[in-house]
Amino acid sequence: MKVYLDNGATTKVSDEVVRAILPYYKKHYGNASSLHDFGAKAKEALEKSRKIIAQEINADPEEIVFTSGGSESDNLAIKGIAYGNKKKGNHIITTKIEHPAILGPCKELFLEGFKVTYLDVDKNGFIKLNQLKKEISDKTILVSVIHGNNEIGTVQDIEKIAKICKKKGVYFHTDAVQSFTKEKIDVKKMNIDLLSASSHKIHGPKGIGFLYIRKGVNIKKMLYGGRHENDKRAGTENIPGIVGFAKAVQLDKKLKQIKKLRDYLIKRIEKEISDVKLNGDRNKRLVNNVNISFKYVEGEALLMHLNDRGIAVSTGSACSSQSLEPSHVLVAIGLKHEDAHGSIRFTLSRYTTKQEIDYTVRELKKVVKLLRDMSPWKKGINYEAKEGDHHGY
Amino acid sequence: MAIDYTKKVMRVFRNPKHFGEIKNADGVGVVGNPACGDIMKVFIKVGKNKKGEEIIKDIKIKTFGCVAAIATSDTMADMIKGKTLKEAMKLTNKDVAKKLGGLPPIKMHCSNLSEEGFRAAIKDYEKKKK
Repeated sequence: MKVYLDNGATTKVSDEVVRAILPYYKKHYGNASSLHDFGAKAKEALEKSRKIIAQEINADPEEIVFTSGGSESDNLAIKGIAYGNKKKGNHIITTKIEHPAILGPCKELFLEGFKVTYLDVDKNGFIKLNQLKKEISDKTILVSVIHGNNEIGTVQDIEKIAKICKKKGVYFHTDAVQSFTKEKIDVKKMNIDLLSASSHKIHGPKGIGFLYIRKGVNIKKMLYGGRHENDKRAGTENIPGIVGFAKAVQLDKKLKQIKKLRDYLIKRIEKEISDVKLNGDRNKRLVNNVNISFKYVEGEALLMHLNDRGIAVSTGSACSSQSLEPSHVLVAIGLKHEDAHGSIRFTLSRYTTKQEIDYTVRELKKVVKLLRDMSPWKKGINYEAKEGDHHGY
Repeated sequence: MAIDYTKKVMRVFRNPKHFGEIKNADGVGVVGNPACGDIMKVFIKVGKNKKGEEIIKDIKIKTFGCVAAIATSDTMADMIKGKTLKEAMKLTNKDVAKKLGGLPPIKMHCSNLSEEGFRAAIKDYEKKKK
């Protein structure tokens, strides 16, 4: 049995989406900027798709800027706002649990002389609104807070956060790559100035995403060339990608079904495997995210054994990262390094079935037992936690 | 992630041969800690060969750790079983990595654990002998 539970990484492109895309490769392959009929056909598809996507978050179509994906959207938001508002200030506020596509540009801006504040989160992964209020100064130009966290699934109250930002006259951006179409988003009602989303997390194709930029927001273009995308991002539009993205938005999301299976998976693991801990908030979490630390086992070993049984998951273990550092998100919620090591993320999709979850739990129990039997570290045995014992080369 | 392990590493990881414990072991070594993500415990039984030299008659291990930690510790056990203590002490983590067809550079440190583990067990035996 093959069970794909890594939908937070990427998803299967749905058949409906593939069918919608194909004509735009084979027949309507024109450049949307061209004046002939081939171009007109592409332009028509582009604007129709833009409208569908804009409606999903109650934006106006011209506020949607298509990009190559979530990372580009995040980079455009952070750097574009920073460079576009230098006159106002040089301070950016974000959080300790952002995706690298936010942390990366923030670090670059810091090296260029910008000031960056990283908000703390509590043990469930929520920022503290009081800290946010305190940190906003007259030099602050942007607050960027991830909506649904990609690792632990915690969903922030972005409406409240945005309200604070609006009151203080500061732009608010949210990375909604994981939450888009899973959580209700109304950019007008919620006062969101900028929002990043990506197609391949929702059964659309890879290489396409968007940044919603509220009308009137002062942002500097980052990619120069033609005057595409309301003159905010140059480059011939990826029409097949955009058409596929719009189709994916229109799919039946089956959120209730996913959520039910998510809770079933959590319940069974907690009931049938000892010494486990659910990471992230139990209720305010992405409908498809389960992140659990299995004590006394290491995540990479667990992942590989599950892989051998056809089950695909991911881990926040330091041993699986190129830096040998545990996930910054798990560290930010206060997890000890040893508990971060045993963390596994299961992310479901509309295609996940109960049989798949039952199979996963059955195999998981075997693998956890196998690894715990092999481990000298057990309940009641305390090892002195000192860092870097044998890490010297 | 996609860490490139050799086929041999994966084979040993899937089917380790030396896991377990030895009751009344002659030497026991424990190295590593949970925060680093790996702990290894080595049990040895010491005997003598025909020449009367001390040899590792039996070895069992327990490892908490990643794919590389499990594969290297099991391979190490395989390599020193039957060897004289003197020969065993000459073995290094590099020999273990070589036997496995190499380790990804980032995982080389995992093989240190296995070297430290069996050395600690032999030291423990020698200490007890005195």
